Amino acid sequence: MSTTPLEHDYIGLSESSSVPRSSDKLSYSSSSSSCTEENYTSSNKACLNFKETELRLGLPGSQSPGRKPSHGLSLFGKDIENNNSNSNNTNGYAAPSPLKSLVSGAKRGFSDALDGASRNWGLSINGKPDAELGKGAVLYSPRGGLDDKCKIVKEVDVLPLSPKPVQEKKNQVPALNENEPTSAPAAKAQVVGWPPIRSFRKNTMASNLVKNNDAAEGKSGSGCLYVKVSMDGAPYLRKVDLKIYSNYMELSSALEKMFSCFTIGQCDSHGLPGQDGLSESRLMDLLHGSEYVLTYEDRDGDWMLVGDVPWDMFTETCRRLRIMKGSEAIGLGMYHSLMYKVTYL
Amino acid sequence: MESESKRKKESPNTAELAVTASFPDEVLEIVLSLLTSHRDRSSVSLVCKDWYHAERWSRTQVFIGNCYSVSPEILTRRFPNIRSVTLKGKPRFSDFNLVPPNWGADIHAWLVAFAAKYPFLEELRLKRMAVSDESLEFLASNFPNFKLLSLLSCDGFSTDGLAAIATHCKNLTELDIQENGIEDSSGSWLSCFPESFTSLEVLNFANLTSEVNTDALERLVSRCKSLKVLKVNKSISLEQLQRLLFRAPQLEELGTGSFLQDLTARPYADLESAFNNCKNIHTLSGLWEAVPLYLPALYNSCANLTFLNLSYTALQSGEFAKLVVHCPRLRRLWVLDTVEDKGLEAVGSNCPLLEELRVFPADPFDEEIIHGVTEEGFVAVSFGCRRLHYVLYFCWQMTNAAVATIVQNCPNFTHFRLCIMTPGLPDYLTNEPMDEAFGAVVKTCSKLQRLSVSGLLTDLTFEYIGKYAKNLETLSVAFAGRSDRGMQCVLEGCPKLRKLEIRDCPFGNEALLSGLEKYESMRSLWMSACNVTMNACRRLAKQMPRLNVEVMKEDGSDDSQADKVYIYRTVAGPRRDAPPSVLTL
Repeated sequence: MSTTPLEHDYIGLSESSSVPRSSDKLSYSSSSSSCTEENYTSSNKACLNFKETELRLGLPGSQSPGRKPSHGLSLFGKDIENNNSNSNNTNGYAAPSPLKSLVSGAKRGFSDALDGASRNWGLSINGKPDAELGKGAVLYSPRGGLDDKCKIVKEVDVLPLSPKPVQEKKNQVPALNENEPTSAPAAKAQVVGWPPIRSFRKNTMASNLVKNNDAAEGKSGSGCLYVKVSMDGAPYLRKVDLKIYSNYMELSSALEKMFSCFTIGQCDSHGLPGQDGLSESRLMDLLHGSEYVLTYEDRDGDWMLVGDVPWDMFTETCRRLRIMKGSEAIGLGMYHSLMYKVTYL
Repeated sequence: MESESKRKKESPNTAELAVTASFPDEVLEIVLSLLTSHRDRSSVSLVCKDWYHAERWSRTQVFIGNCYSVSPEILTRRFPNIRSVTLKGKPRFSDFNLVPPNWGADIHAWLVAFAAKYPFLEELRLKRMAVSDESLEFLASNFPNFKLLSLLSCDGFSTDGLAAIATHCKNLTELDIQENGIEDSSGSWLSCFPESFTSLEVLNFANLTSEVNTDALERLVSRCKSLKVLKVNKSISLEQLQRLLFRAPQLEELGTGSFLQDLTARPYADLESAFNNCKNIHTLSGLWEAVPLYLPALYNSCANLTFLNLSYTALQSGEFAKLVVHCPRLRRLWVLDTVEDKGLEAVGSNCPLLEELRVFPADPFDEEIIHGVTEEGFVAVSFGCRRLHYVLYFCWQMTNAAVATIVQNCPNFTHFRLCIMTPGLPDYLTNEPMDEAFGAVVKTCSKLQRLSVSGLLTDLTFEYIGKYAKNLETLSVAFAGRSDRGMQCVLEGCPKLRKLEIRDCPFGNEALLSGLEKYESMRSLWMSACNVTMNACRRLAKQMPRLNVEVMKEDGSDDSQADKVYIYRTVAGPRRDAPPSVLTL
């Protein structure tokens, strides 16, 4: 049993404390939980608004989508209120990542937010390169022109992409041993053996990713770069050679053609008014519209929205493509995707 | 319990005594040979000397929960006629990489002893043992009657070892390779079964990755007419599976390979008829990379399914819900959390006989991505499946109220393993600790044997456990508690506690030392990343000579702290095969 570098054990001990799931709070205010290095104990409320509308980068899907570089997409996040446990103590480990609760609570709100915002799911051809393709996240809220519902800012912490910060674990362990309440480690660190899942299972899940990657790479020897393309709801996969396209537009039209039959099927099942002989433009609308999003899995196993990075970088890092339903993409946290990036307030 | 039966049996009057004395040993042995439960046998052996000897001569199976609690010499001396051995080695947290490599639990010394004393050994079941190819070769060559090999969570061997088994074990009936740290270099081992070999009843290689020779597999399956369990690996395609199914209509447990086919697949009807051909399948697993299109082929087979293991299949809620509608007789279900709450709702609605549910996380390390199951799914299952008694549930959020509802619906839990994946997370609605949740569990579920706790927990949880969990045998604790009192409550309050494993909790020396005699009634105690010092461990070791107190040191840590402590009772004395990083005090 080897501990492969693929094992990431995260203990999101960083953030703020737990956030109450505000299913009733459909309106999000732009707040941020970030209380980075500090204790998420008290001053969260202070930390709340605006303080951390920092630009962080690179969460899967945190890029901007949108076929048209118009606005975009909203930001779904959650109201992070920190009237939380921190009041009495935390045992040092208390509520580490409310991030998660926050995020999952937000799940409920998403579809609501989704309805509200003007979305432009679809392939994005936004050339803005990101500085880091890391797991950090950005959240910010382009206030202008968006629904009230969609102004959230939430933020996850920043984790340098590589190397895997094993050292952090060491820092962390003694902290845990100190029996001091609340010295919550700030950034996400890896904790060995947590969650308690057998190595075999972890490696199998991880190697499923790698295997697909290898399969893709295996074919790239002769100057092609075949990647698998799947579409939610379609019974089989296709493979495309990324090298034959030179930009996102070409890729997206090719994919639309390839999977058009399924899209049509899907339309009907979603109760959209069927039309005899869908026109090309209708087709584009469907793909454009809130139905599907094109995503890809990068070298690190992260799912990203297609279109954020320069085409060349994309072809180098893309392992497989997946056309997923918009709602699913949101469900996967791609609410982070943005059209604009707002700089530090 | 043991003492009770002893007392009962020892209170005969003189007349009975006389009878017992003239009772031929052989008859007693025959009678006792009918006893299979090892606990009953333990009790029997304590009655009197005659019974002790009768029991030891008549015993054919032995279960050793901690391979270091006894030595091969002691074992073979006491029990001369063993045919079946089950051995467990490393502490359970080794599954999560908390135990240093080369820690021990090597099977070889045991095999050598068995070769001398149990040449007719038939069955070997190993869990968390270090097994090398040499050991497997030794096993294959020294036990002519060898029939059954089952390996789970073992490591140190490769497919070469399997080849040795396949080649030499002429009487093999069962080869069960579960999740292990095996070096999988090639699938050629499967071709090593001789053409004359026909005795196989169970073949499980689902967790290997290398391609095997499909012709060899097909021939093997054809000639083993008693094959009941076949679990193939991912390399076996749907088409190959179909052929195998036609050759083995008597199958009862099936693990499919890759359930994915390219567009040029045979018609779906073939697949369906292949499954329909096997009318006895009650257990289904595998389904690697399943594509929803082909799932309906299983629907007819699902009617009789009692155990469905989808824990390596990333199904979404819709596809899963459609499948589960066809599984009304399901008793055990393992899934990935990709099925989400909706999928679990479908389970609640369709599987009233469900007894065991395990929900594994598909993506446990990525918190930013919203996914998985929440408390709602669990609650939904509890409403629909009142017979539920075993649960393993990985989730990102939970509430006290939900757990209270769950145990109210299902008060018969024997195993309640809840893992809220973010350590120390409180009830996300109320922001309170999760104490009341586990309080509800122990108060309501009087039959509870195994409990794993998680979330933000104070000492109150442990007070509840100590006070109410009177049948608790195994407790796993991580990132919980406030003070030594928590651990003390458990040690003082749980009479049947056998295994206690603790990590990253603020329990210290006082807690550790409060359990002195208790540890002799337990199999083992594990404490890592707690507040225990070396001195306390030394004190413990000194006072309790029948315990082995082992400390695993991490590099660069404080010398006075005992980073990882593993304490277990033993009659074999301190072990001599520990690596340098493990100190026996």
